[in-house]
Amino acid sequence: MHRFAKPSVFLKFTAPILPWLSALTVILIAAGLYFSLIGSPVDYQQGHTVRIMYIHVPAAWMGLFCYVGMAICGAMSLIWKHPLADICARATAPVGATFTALCLITGSLWGEPMWGTWWVWDARLTSMLILLFLYLGYMALVNAFDDPERGSKAGSALALVGAVNVPIVKFSVDWWNTLHQPASIVRMDGPAVDPSMQVPLALMILGFTCYYFVVLILRVRLELNERRIRALHLSGMFEDPETPASANEQAYEAGHNAEAKQ
Amino acid sequence: MSEFFSMGGYGGYIWASYGVTALAMIVLLIATLRGLRSSRIEREQLEAVLQSRRPRRTKKTQQVS
Repeated sequence: MHRFAKPSVFLKFTAPILPWLSALTVILIAAGLYFSLIGSPVDYQQGHTVRIMYIHVPAAWMGLFCYVGMAICGAMSLIWKHPLADICARATAPVGATFTALCLITGSLWGEPMWGTWWVWDARLTSMLILLFLYLGYMALVNAFDDPERGSKAGSALALVGAVNVPIVKFSVDWWNTLHQPASIVRMDGPAVDPSMQVPLALMILGFTCYYFVVLILRVRLELNERRIRALHLSGMFEDPETPASANEQAYEAGHNAEAKQ
Repeated sequence: MSEFFSMGGYGGYIWASYGVTALAMIVLLIATLRGLRSSRIEREQLEAVLQSRRPRRTKKTQQVS
């Protein structure tokens, strides 16, 4: 397990996977779009608005899935001090936040014609909004420190504490019987959705999941570049003015020099 | 065709949902790719400077993207 935690190993493994994964993402989402917009029947009660389900449910799934991934990476980063675990958690947060926001927006657009309201303080909606705030809080926190090490500790702790919200989101519809309908896909006695609607749902869920892994690989590479740049700057090799130092680095240096003079 | 776009009168809600989702996913991907490109360029510049200053050191630098 530890062997796979080296950034260089991650890069070597993911390089050949990336093009295939990208292609798979495009194929799955294209097929999912065809089935959700054209190939699937209208609902007997909701008419065409059931088509919103094919992006609303996968977005909700991704919001929770990414958070669980982020919390696991956070735990690994705290326990084993793996830089790669921390990098994966950081790379996951924007994707999870995006999907959580999309879940709330599409839910609103579905709620207005079907329930007659854009928003209610229902347990499911509120816990999902809290999930979005947890993502945003995590992103703000990890970037608030000059030292990535400290940022990752604080962020991982937040991700872990916030993980208690995931089961709350999942079971909120059973615990508080408010407006949002109960589970219809992941249930004890099998899905309650018609097979003709399960096809586009499954395609979209898989497509979104593959999209997440594509973005994850790219964002991990980005983060590794950033860390390498940082390490090079801090190595003291670039102290003359003609080398391009970012504004942040210059500010950091200035702060350092001021402290040294005191 | 217009029937397809009107979606039984709910077209506005449905297309808004699909549109905002497509937009968000594409923006996130493009932002990631652009960030990756600029970080790679900056890293390569720094490593080139490092190489030119330390010609005797031929340690292989890590290849990222």
